[in-house]
Amino acid sequence: MSGANVLFDAPGPKTRVRHRIYTAIFLLLVVGALFWIYRKLDEAGQFEPLIFERLFSDGVWRELRKAIVGTLKAAGISIVTSLAFGFFVAAGRLSDRAWVRVPCVAIVEFFRAVPLLLLIILFFFLIQQQADLERETNALLALVAGLTLYNGAVLAEVFRAGINAVPRGQSEAAYAIGMRKSQVMTLILTPQAVRFMLPAIISQCVVILKDTSLGFAATYTPELVSSGRRIAQFVDSYLMTFLLVATIFIAINSVLSFLAYWLERRLATRGRGAQRAVAEVEGVLEAG
Amino acid sequence: MDVFVDNWDAIRESCLRTLEMVIAAGAIALVLGAILAAMRVSPITLARAIGTLYVYTVRNTPLLVIMIIAAFGIPDLDVRPTLSFGDAELLQFNVFFIFATAALGCYTAAFVCEAVRSGINSIPLGQAEAARSIGMTFTQTLRFIILPQAFRAVIPPIASALIAMAKNSSVAVGVGVTEATFQLRKLTNDNPGSLWELFIGFALFYMAIVAVIAGVSAFLERKLRVAK
Repeated sequence: MSGANVLFDAPGPKTRVRHRIYTAIFLLLVVGALFWIYRKLDEAGQFEPLIFERLFSDGVWRELRKAIVGTLKAAGISIVTSLAFGFFVAAGRLSDRAWVRVPCVAIVEFFRAVPLLLLIILFFFLIQQQADLERETNALLALVAGLTLYNGAVLAEVFRAGINAVPRGQSEAAYAIGMRKSQVMTLILTPQAVRFMLPAIISQCVVILKDTSLGFAATYTPELVSSGRRIAQFVDSYLMTFLLVATIFIAINSVLSFLAYWLERRLATRGRGAQRAVAEVEGVLEAG
Repeated sequence: MDVFVDNWDAIRESCLRTLEMVIAAGAIALVLGAILAAMRVSPITLARAIGTLYVYTVRNTPLLVIMIIAAFGIPDLDVRPTLSFGDAELLQFNVFFIFATAALGCYTAAFVCEAVRSGINSIPLGQAEAARSIGMTFTQTLRFIILPQAFRAVIPPIASALIAMAKNSSVAVGVGVTEATFQLRKLTNDNPGSLWELFIGFALFYMAIVAVIAGVSAFLERKLRVAK
């Protein structure tokens, strides 16, 4: 709250009155804007009962349910494969041998720099040309492959940052009592690093879920956005349909975000060092 | 390489479209992001709440959904972007391009806002307290103490947001904007044999944009660094 804000002192009585006046002005602006939007929507016939009748009809709900399953399926598979891929690449990046480390650095840097959509398009055509699969399998594979390489590269950085965030004395002490590197990694560093990494990993899961919407590039159709397009044709309102689709995404992601928040409270609030470590690990995530 | 030579005009056209998009959306994102950040640190509770709501909504919605709402939904409301002067219409933009760019800008603004906000919050409380105790006014505190320090701290995360934005501009192919990724898809459909060349060529194009943003960011960071 503003009490502990960098920018202000705690407000006195006069300032509180002033803030109340600002709030009133702001409220008027907001209400005005909302009313304008409502008018525009109404004029364009977006509140026609027929739109909602269709939008909330059984057929649309069946379609949406299938789409949610399709989205969760693609996201679920991709999360598992991304975690596995990220784990191996991170292990490679932390290796002492240059011939293992250098290719892993290249993988991380390359897949983080290329737009995900390009990867999905590449795999779509690649699989189509190389393997004779059903269209649906081809689409799912291409989407999962693209998501895995991109998000795996990001997660590899998360894992690395998490391992590096463990205080140096921990590994030094472990080496001093005669542990091997693999023992230090598995027994000392990873268990401590996991709690720094969990919030960032869950944030990345939200990104994966959102990015399943790029399935259109691989003609992966049983997901929410492609479904939304079909529904929008039927309902005859892109606006209302996609506001509904957005709400569904926000609801699913809110569950994930809540999990992240809960974990963060449970795992990392003890001590400033841990908080800083969590922030450091989250810093490697891409904003967007 | 033939595929690049034969289709050079189309490729150049679509890459320019991507560049236009990145620059315009970047401008929107920076301005709107700064406004949102100001709202999120302001003393007005309502402004803070709206800023928070905006960021939360945008962060949990796929960019493609926002672009579809903008490009297919909003034109239904009879909002048409034209720049007219008297009777003469100076510029008639492609509706999809305009709305997709605006959507990209508004999406990225949420991430810019978070970068700016955490930059302001990263400044130790003592800095502002010290400024106030030597008698600086609110504007002076902001102008001489907070913002110069915050500015340095926000450059890397803002650059990260803009880099993500440059890559995200490819999503506009989903609402029919004829930008670079659209061209890649079309050319690959027409020349299945040149898949790898095309992919690497277009990947290099995006990597070049990313490199420019990263380079500017590194330059600014170096210039503004202070000895600690």
